[in-house]
Amino acid sequence: MKPLLIQDDMNVTANGDLSRRRFLKFTGTGLVVFFCAGPLDAWQAASQGVPPTYTEPPKPSVPTDFNAFLQIGADGRVTCLVGRVELGQGPQTAFAQLVADELAVGFDSVNVIMGDTDVCPWDVGTFGSQSMRILGPIVREAAAEARVVLLQMAAEQFKVPVERLQVSDGVITDAAQGKHVTYGELVQGKRIERHLPNVPLKSPADFKVIGKPARRKDAVEKVTGKAKYTGDIRVPGMVYARILRPPAHGATRKDVDTTAAEKIQGVQVVKDGDLIAVIHERPDVAEKALGLIKAQFERKETGLNDKTIFDHLVKNATPPQVMKESGNLADAEKLAEPFELTYFHSYGAHAAMETQSALATIENGKATVWAATQIPFILRDKVAQALGFPKQNVRIITPYVGGGFGGKTNGQNCAEAVRLAKLVGKPVQLVWSRAEDFQYERFRPAAVVKIRSGMTADGKIVSWDFKVYAAGDWGSVTFYDIPNQRTTAVPVTGIAWQKMDTAGDLHPFNVGPWRMPGVNTSTFARESHMDVLASKAGVDPVEFRMRHLSDKRMRRVLEAAVKQFDWKPTRAPSNQGIGIACGTWYKTCVATVVQVKVDKSTGKVQVERVATAVDAGIIVNPEGARQQVEGCVSMGLGYALSEEVRFSNGEILDKNFDTYEIPRFSTMPKIEVVLVDNPELAPDGIAEPPAITMGAAIANAIYDATGARLFQLPMTPDRVKAALKQS
Amino acid sequence: MERAISFTLNGKPTRVTVDDERMLLWVLRSDLGLTGAKFGCGAALCGACTVIVNKEAVRSCTVPVKDIAGKHLLTIEGLSKDERLHPIQEAFINHNAFQCGFCTPGMIMSAYAFLAKKRQPTRAEIIRYMDDNLCRCGNQNRIVDAIQEAAAAMKGKAA
Repeated sequence: MKPLLIQDDMNVTANGDLSRRRFLKFTGTGLVVFFCAGPLDAWQAASQGVPPTYTEPPKPSVPTDFNAFLQIGADGRVTCLVGRVELGQGPQTAFAQLVADELAVGFDSVNVIMGDTDVCPWDVGTFGSQSMRILGPIVREAAAEARVVLLQMAAEQFKVPVERLQVSDGVITDAAQGKHVTYGELVQGKRIERHLPNVPLKSPADFKVIGKPARRKDAVEKVTGKAKYTGDIRVPGMVYARILRPPAHGATRKDVDTTAAEKIQGVQVVKDGDLIAVIHERPDVAEKALGLIKAQFERKETGLNDKTIFDHLVKNATPPQVMKESGNLADAEKLAEPFELTYFHSYGAHAAMETQSALATIENGKATVWAATQIPFILRDKVAQALGFPKQNVRIITPYVGGGFGGKTNGQNCAEAVRLAKLVGKPVQLVWSRAEDFQYERFRPAAVVKIRSGMTADGKIVSWDFKVYAAGDWGSVTFYDIPNQRTTAVPVTGIAWQKMDTAGDLHPFNVGPWRMPGVNTSTFARESHMDVLASKAGVDPVEFRMRHLSDKRMRRVLEAAVKQFDWKPTRAPSNQGIGIACGTWYKTCVATVVQVKVDKSTGKVQVERVATAVDAGIIVNPEGARQQVEGCVSMGLGYALSEEVRFSNGEILDKNFDTYEIPRFSTMPKIEVVLVDNPELAPDGIAEPPAITMGAAIANAIYDATGARLFQLPMTPDRVKAALKQS
Repeated sequence: MERAISFTLNGKPTRVTVDDERMLLWVLRSDLGLTGAKFGCGAALCGACTVIVNKEAVRSCTVPVKDIAGKHLLTIEGLSKDERLHPIQEAFINHNAFQCGFCTPGMIMSAYAFLAKKRQPTRAEIIRYMDDNLCRCGNQNRIVDAIQEAAAAMKGKAA
């Protein structure tokens, strides 16, 4: 046995090499995708000026030392440190559950500190529904290892074999001697230096906290108004900034007069290259002063708007690559006459309730930035490079974030706050207005999917040619059994994450990941098309899918959704207004049944009921998982029915919630969630996949209700009326 | 015009000397240090900034501070008494009726004003009243459940 070593150093180190075991585990569990790494323009302040350059540094790794994730205080309280952030999706609670179970401490004695780059171990960022899938097992391992080390330490102290000891609620007991010691007493607030390889994790049968509903850690703070978001942070001497914006993307400033703004008491106008900003001790006074600046801009005529965009995308998209090919498409198309249909998806906004926000302070060569971000460590590196600071001199603190959905994975707002803080020599808080938030959104990309398919007289799909334009490849390869198939798309890695296409200027403004990037679009097309084929074959849509489906996990989920809804086999259109769609991302499988009512005179669609079944492997917090499914249903209703970004020549015409319609109380259907139990499997992610089926399930339900087929999302009343006319 | 404006804030007499055209939200957030009411849209379209003025729910982002002179103002910070949560707050926790929590103070204050007027509302009435409070995380159904539970818990009691 190794000598017991305890160091007086409570500092958590963020660096450490991955052990071979963890490395294999980490990379072996799936993709590690970096959304935001790379391109310079991502870091460019929209107001122009010389953009700070950013070169992606070598990626650090997740540490192996469990001390990086866990601190045990002298009072026995456990602090779990993770670089992920709390966007509302509940990881603060779920990580506490993982630690409580594996470390054998009470759930209430675990605090979770998130997204602070000075105290939390390095982390890639919070996106892709990966907190439980990728970091979850690592945190569990850390807690399990710490528990066994603590048991060994107690055994040495009691001078008894470790097998005799029991542990519960952070207290180790030797029943035979009637002795006990708490974790707090053992550790005495110090860092544990001992490590053990290959400590087994608890088996699901032994879980006490994992898999049980838990009260959210953020509950009391959030209902009392005490929860702090970035815009709520106050530091001495801070000022608020507002930035002069062009009216449209691509517009250039010709003339500017700031005289009237400068006359307001306490206003400072900052001019630096193309950047013009107003600074004041009160945010609304800065806003008022901004309104007094007179500026002329010259707009750029592009001829692009939300109607012409689709032709532009198909004509200019990068030639796609083959993602999967099997069988022989050409021969199959001779067997059954193929036909082609085209599906469209408009631009969408994340529209989190909290707009982009940051508070930057630079003092004595050290920068501290509070930021509403999904990527604190990447932001740290970006800020360090922009300021020319070593990265240990930059600290990003992430308070509660008021919603992310993929929209807080860039940091333009943070770049601007840091730049202004440097210019004015004071802490600067920059909270974007709603109009700025829309203007500098990184929209879900508008996209086109073309499907050419052939089906034999007995209802068997024999050919499937699936082409994605402008939305990347995610979710594009079908899971249905089709002997001859080809899927082409532009794979989204590296720069494509910023543009969804390697042609840098394909989209007229920035696009980026939006709750299940690309997969919403591909699933809408594939599952709509499956219903078109089912209808042609005269077969019930569920039965038709089952005939082409051998994947056991997907079949089980489809059966669960159908059972929950009490789906009666029928041939669409049946006038019932019911529709189904299946989808998958990574290993998570989803099936959704919806029921709609269509007002044929107004074209308005009301979704009345949604039954969604999800298999996402082991569920850490069933209550939290349900909430995530409900959130996905809500955002799905939005992109399916109402959310569309209108634009013309670079001007974003939707500037607030009066025209950009997100779901409301009256939009929400009855939601029934079935979590298909699969506790032996690793967690697969649940915060996004249930959104992917909503578009097609509703389109199919509209068809079932009316016989009208919708090919474009969102299915607004106007589009529904137009489709009704055509049917 | 800069002048002194007096009102009652969460039960305490309060006086601020500010430009009286400034919006209440910003006076609360940056002059009085009460950051519970949130900025979401700046145009009374989302409800994140909702506070109570003389028992009415108002969107503080569009109410000039001069309009509250002499009135009773209640914000989320004044809702729980002696660390005891209000039944609406309890019900929001019981139903996990929030995720990111950014809209939550506005939701709770709107619900407070509503329940003061309508003691035992139906689901449809709650949906109608709350329809202009936006929640991007999709917790609307849970919020309706929470308001119904709070209404039951508050039965026969003063708000």
